[in-house]
Amino acid sequence: MKTINQKAWLFVIPVLLLVAFNALIPIMTVVNYSVQETFGNNLFFWQGLDWFEQLLNSERFYSALGRQFLFTGTILAIEIPLGVIIALAMPRKGFWVPVCLVLMALPMLIPWNVVGAMWNIFTLPDIGLLGYFINNVLGIEYNMTQSPVAAWVTIIAMDVWHWTSLVVLLSYAGLVSIPDAFYQAAKIDGASNFAIFRYIQLPKMKRVLTIAILLRFMDSFNIYTEPFVLTGGGPGNSTTLLSIDLVKIALGQFDLGPAAAMSLIYFAITLLVSWLFYTLMTKDDEPKRGDRI
Amino acid sequence: MAKITLSKLQHSYYADPQEPKDYALKNINLDWDDGGAYALLGPSGCGKSTLLNIISGLLTPTHGQVLFDDKNVTQLTPAERNIAQVFQFPVIYDTMSVFDNLAFPLRNRGVKEKVLKARVHEIAKMLEITNLLKIRGSRLSPDNKQKVSMGRGLVREDVNIVMFDEPLTVIDPHLKWKLRSKLKELHQKVRATMIYVTHDQTEALTFADQVVVMQDGDIVQIGTPVELFERPAHTFVGHFIGSPGMNILPCEINNGAAFFNGKKIQLEGPIKPDIEGTAEIGIRPEFISLSKSGIEAKVRKVADVGRHKIVEAMLGDTRISVIVEGELPAQGSSVYLNFQPNQTRIYHDGWIASEQKR
Amino acid sequence: MIIELRNITKSVGANIHIKETNLVLKTGHFNVLLGATGAGKTSLIKLMAGLDKSTSGQILMDGKDVTKLSTQKRNISLVHQFFVNYSHMSVFENIASPLKVVGMAKSEIEDRVEEVAKILQLQDMLKRRPNELSGGQQQRVALARALAKESKAVFLDEPLANLDYKLREELRDRLPEFFADRGAVVVYATSEPEEALLLGGYTALMDDGRITQFGATSDIYHNPSNLMSARVFSNPPINVTHITKRGNQAQMGDQAQWKLEGDAAKLQDGNYTIAIRPNHISPVKTLDNFVAITGKVQITELSGSESSAHFLAGSNNWVSLASGVHSCEIGQNHQFYIDPSHCFYFDSNGKIVA
Repeated sequence: MKTINQKAWLFVIPVLLLVAFNALIPIMTVVNYSVQETFGNNLFFWQGLDWFEQLLNSERFYSALGRQFLFTGTILAIEIPLGVIIALAMPRKGFWVPVCLVLMALPMLIPWNVVGAMWNIFTLPDIGLLGYFINNVLGIEYNMTQSPVAAWVTIIAMDVWHWTSLVVLLSYAGLVSIPDAFYQAAKIDGASNFAIFRYIQLPKMKRVLTIAILLRFMDSFNIYTEPFVLTGGGPGNSTTLLSIDLVKIALGQFDLGPAAAMSLIYFAITLLVSWLFYTLMTKDDEPKRGDRI
Repeated sequence: MAKITLSKLQHSYYADPQEPKDYALKNINLDWDDGGAYALLGPSGCGKSTLLNIISGLLTPTHGQVLFDDKNVTQLTPAERNIAQVFQFPVIYDTMSVFDNLAFPLRNRGVKEKVLKARVHEIAKMLEITNLLKIRGSRLSPDNKQKVSMGRGLVREDVNIVMFDEPLTVIDPHLKWKLRSKLKELHQKVRATMIYVTHDQTEALTFADQVVVMQDGDIVQIGTPVELFERPAHTFVGHFIGSPGMNILPCEINNGAAFFNGKKIQLEGPIKPDIEGTAEIGIRPEFISLSKSGIEAKVRKVADVGRHKIVEAMLGDTRISVIVEGELPAQGSSVYLNFQPNQTRIYHDGWIASEQKR
Repeated sequence: MIIELRNITKSVGANIHIKETNLVLKTGHFNVLLGATGAGKTSLIKLMAGLDKSTSGQILMDGKDVTKLSTQKRNISLVHQFFVNYSHMSVFENIASPLKVVGMAKSEIEDRVEEVAKILQLQDMLKRRPNELSGGQQQRVALARALAKESKAVFLDEPLANLDYKLREELRDRLPEFFADRGAVVVYATSEPEEALLLGGYTALMDDGRITQFGATSDIYHNPSNLMSARVFSNPPINVTHITKRGNQAQMGDQAQWKLEGDAAKLQDGNYTIAIRPNHISPVKTLDNFVAITGKVQITELSGSESSAHFLAGSNNWVSLASGVHSCEIGQNHQFYIDPSHCFYFDSNGKIVA
């Protein structure tokens, strides 16, 4: 009975196919475009690294990239602490647990474009509930089609509303997994509430927070639909994030080559930052069994 | 350090307890001296952890009082009671070094760095973890984590009581023994009142000067390890302590004499008056010997457990365990059992009903 | 049914989990794997169960090579230290699940479940969910599942470790009976020497990924073939020290000397390592040939029926364990007595010589 079962390879094929279709082929297509120029009619001309060079010297790219980082940085700075605070405030036991969880999950169930449209209408100064309230009741001038500040405040508020729940749910999962003994021990040790947060809750939430930050970073860095529906990148270019700019170039101007080059750089940045995050956050994780003293 | 008094303690986890079975603790009265080593022993669900949490202040009892040195502390928080507790699973602050872990309870109470440093080093030395002081908590093995947890309990000089809630659960058997002796040694050095909760008789008996045996929310017996072993007040204690536990054999009481299987059995002393009819004989396997004559029984099973041998004999439906040294009888053969009279006792309704000769 | 391991090794990266191991496990008695945590018991069970692939070597079941065979095809059962039950199923369904998988008829399943439930005293709980049961009951459900499935090999990996002391005693007592007539090879991993002795059967002593000795349990307890086996199979730890043999005299430092008898007397003169179990060091001199040794008492423990004392003699820590109540003052010097007829003598390689 000395047979090596070769059938096992068959089971790997679906995954290989999936990865090929899902990642490999699109990326190769983009790589292909990024080094060529086309004027339609399926005519292509070899361009080398020109597009990359051009892009990396263009002010437009850097300002879009800057806006992208500003957006992602801002929403992370708001959503992560806010999510943790809400999770800490949520009940751990009893009747209200499922209610809170469902309420928290609701925003995440709404499709991106609907969220954009919702907030668009919500903030209209004449008929939108929020827009009307701010303009006419609070008496603050607020119109995101005219004021870049208002536009920024709106897209950030929208993203915070839409995605803080994710951070909340992940942090909450981390919190409920802490055994009671830890809280009891801390009480007995005379620890303050802040000390409990700093030395018990935060360390135990670290793993899920790493995931939350990564997910929120990748998602917000690649965000397109919501701000596009909400502001269309305006007023002017004030909310033209990298992704919106990319689509403008690719579809608006049909500059496939530069757009492809931009995609690749975009992709590289996302990958690099995610990797940096992950390595920094997990560098002093719990050691394996064998390394214990 | 303090004397502890528990007065008429009752506790129920229900908001509106009705019957006795709604109570996790039924009626607990206890006095514990300053500086003693005590154990709470019982099977899971007997209420020992509830009692522990009431003493530490993590739970407020439904009725009754907890007194430290005659001062009522029933409503005080754990921190206000000045107690320390070591939990079943080691609690360690992962991101802190071992030193910071040990210093934590002192820092929270505003102890000066210089005093704190000396104290931490002293405790680390006692626990033999001085070489680990700079290491992060998360890197420790379970037994070292538990040592640090113990250290955090012992580091404050002003603690009233140190409590241990099954602290050796996650420890490897060959290390259990080491930590247990360490604990014993620490008790002898620091002389704090210590309470040790466990379901493991070996741990309870080896650690404590006084063991409190609990069952179903009640205290069954309080005594020294030797008392509990030699003269259990209740068949439950006889069964629970000892391995194998005490043999409990059905018998008939007639005119102040006990008959087992028709034979009169010599007892430690007189049976309490007014007991007639069915009762039980309690005798430990250690106090039965095999000889040429006596009560006849069939050998059902024999086991060599290294230090000694266990013979399981059947007399009708009654199973009798005997610990023997020397030659083992063959399985299925007949043996004759002799009960050591001064270790043979009568139990009635579960409670001891014979008196020792003076 | 016979399980045979031939030159099995397992390493992960640079870590060797199992060193070259040969072992033949038979049916009709318990096969105990005894060793401390990390000795390789679980790794070995995983290899036999097919949950892990060996790095080299062969595993045979009834003479057939199953090294490459998947767990599903090996027809085995496994019970873990942490009871694994399906929480959404009743106890009945839990026990029946492995039978349903093999497509057994419904009436037959009912009979079988009833039968094992009776053995494990679970009859009254068949309709309940596992999370309504106590830890001991849950573990019995897990055991019942392993019993119901007529597997050819049953692996029990410290199944009683998380249970209450008395319950452990009861199940330990009955487990061998449950499996007695099943015709399955039963492998039981434990880290407690006492448990191995109570289960009887055969025992493989493990240390650092190696089997140091294999044989009938009480036989290898009384006759360790090497120093490591003597250490593994002793709780409290066995006392180990060195002696010099000259003529028929054994000299232990300047603390004690005694006359050697039997095989020990025939050894070449020289240095030997000796091991004495704690129960062969007594605080009282019960026999004339006992050898006195003076030690400073460090800790005493009294467990009702037994007294143990830890003492320091020379540079060694010693443990004595005696039945009955013996009290010694801590910090004081006290006489202890070694029973020389129960010493194990080892050569410099740790191999037993007398």
